[in-house]
Amino acid sequence: MAKVLMKGNEALGAAAIAAGCKYFFGYPITPQNEVPEYMSKELPKVGGVFIQAESEVAAINMVYGAAGAGARVMTSSSSPGVALKQEGISYCAGAELPCVIVNIMRGGPGLGGIQPSQTDYFQATRGGGNGDYRLLVLAPANVQELVDLVMLGFDKADEYRNPVMILGDGMIGQMMEPVEFKDNNNQELPEKTWATVGTKGERKPNVVNSLYLDAEDLENHNTRLQEKYAKMKANETRVESYNIEDADVVITAYGTTSRIAKTAIAKLEKEGYKVGLIRPITLWPYPYDEFSKIKDDCKGVLTVEMNTGQMLEDVKLALNGRVPAYFYGRTGGMVPTPEEIVEKVKEIYGGDR
Amino acid sequence: MEERIIAAGFGGQGVMALGQLLTYAGMVEDKNVSWLPSYGPEMRGGTANCNVIISTEPVGSPVVVEATTALVLNKPSLDKFEDAVVPGGKLFINSSLIEQKAKRDDIDVYYVPANEIANEIGNDRTANMVMLGAYIEATKTVNVESIYEAFTKVFGEHRAHLLPINKEALEKGAESIRKQMALA
Repeated sequence: MAKVLMKGNEALGAAAIAAGCKYFFGYPITPQNEVPEYMSKELPKVGGVFIQAESEVAAINMVYGAAGAGARVMTSSSSPGVALKQEGISYCAGAELPCVIVNIMRGGPGLGGIQPSQTDYFQATRGGGNGDYRLLVLAPANVQELVDLVMLGFDKADEYRNPVMILGDGMIGQMMEPVEFKDNNNQELPEKTWATVGTKGERKPNVVNSLYLDAEDLENHNTRLQEKYAKMKANETRVESYNIEDADVVITAYGTTSRIAKTAIAKLEKEGYKVGLIRPITLWPYPYDEFSKIKDDCKGVLTVEMNTGQMLEDVKLALNGRVPAYFYGRTGGMVPTPEEIVEKVKEIYGGDR
Repeated sequence: MEERIIAAGFGGQGVMALGQLLTYAGMVEDKNVSWLPSYGPEMRGGTANCNVIISTEPVGSPVVVEATTALVLNKPSLDKFEDAVVPGGKLFINSSLIEQKAKRDDIDVYYVPANEIANEIGNDRTANMVMLGAYIEATKTVNVESIYEAFTKVFGEHRAHLLPINKEALEKGAESIRKQMALA
């Protein structure tokens, strides 16, 4: 298929439908409004259903219902709206329901603003809801990758029976780039024998639930979940790296911020600096091992985020004190410029190149 | 080659569409492209702007900080973006609505009476296309044929009947640049 120019928000809707998503439940919030707008227009054409729920809480519980019935289902929102969904997300994780949740982040805390941010890293990777659960968290850096990861996300949600989060920001939602919808190489997925689709009098009813009142049962359930998460850690960690073995300074950033870092690196290379990049594509599971490729006498790893240092904690865990960790961030919807990153790298170099 | 463009004006002047057409045309010509709009509340009545990158290399930051070109359709946009143009870059001023001259002397400045030209051809709303025609003539970043190809992609097939008047606007914009070049 030929390339088309699409807004991130619309492209992610198109990707969901291409991946077989038939149901979307959501509530409007800037900067992701083009997602429900697109789904409301396009889902009826494929025999799907769009519902603008009365609230974010209602929307995520509709997702719980549709996923429990075995359907491919998605919801999207932006930071304060995703905060409202956390109870439902925890329930989906507890009941092992496959679904895709999109967060097109804006500045916080509270209602914050509408400009791009990355302040929900903790919320996405640490579990914003209660309980020992994990989401597969995918962080696209361009509109093509957004499309690819949404499609992948639906397959992975089904494979692991687990909610998948697409973590983008206002910039990727609003910007337009060329995209191509590649043939979705649907992986072989197990039949959803657990779904509540009616017994037809032929089997015992399936129960979709996250309530285990017996302590031993609940511990066993948690053990099973942890085994599943361990498998996800082993098989689903994704990362892009550039020149890290040789670099004097390594920048690490995810999503749109990584693009700004790439522009900064190109400028620095022209001036003779050796700078590498680690771009986590999965934020959970986190690509800790990638940081072990950094040489011992590397002057420092600079984490760049549109927040005050959230992924920084994972970077410090990965480095374990072996190499100094530095941070540069902007907040409130302010976007770091390549020049600011260049200055920070030069500071870490300390004048000797 | 990397063109980093800021297009700015009042909400309703068509700067977003101008940027989208240019971006689509770049894609048609197999360049790497990105289009990033301002989406703040300032869009209502205030200034709207978009950032376009057209490059032979993969696009890094989609945010244009150091612009190779700025197209400004109203005075607040000139005030805001004149300094964003890199030395040696280009600035296109809609002289129908902006009386003031550019302060910079280290960039190429083009004055395009976009609204007057648009009125002459009978549709004031084509002023954005006059600016785009001027830009393409002066920079040759894309072929104007690629803009024609992008037109129905951006505006939809139901607007195909508006292509002739928009072609005229693009051509008149180009003509105004050729006249300025001849005088220079």
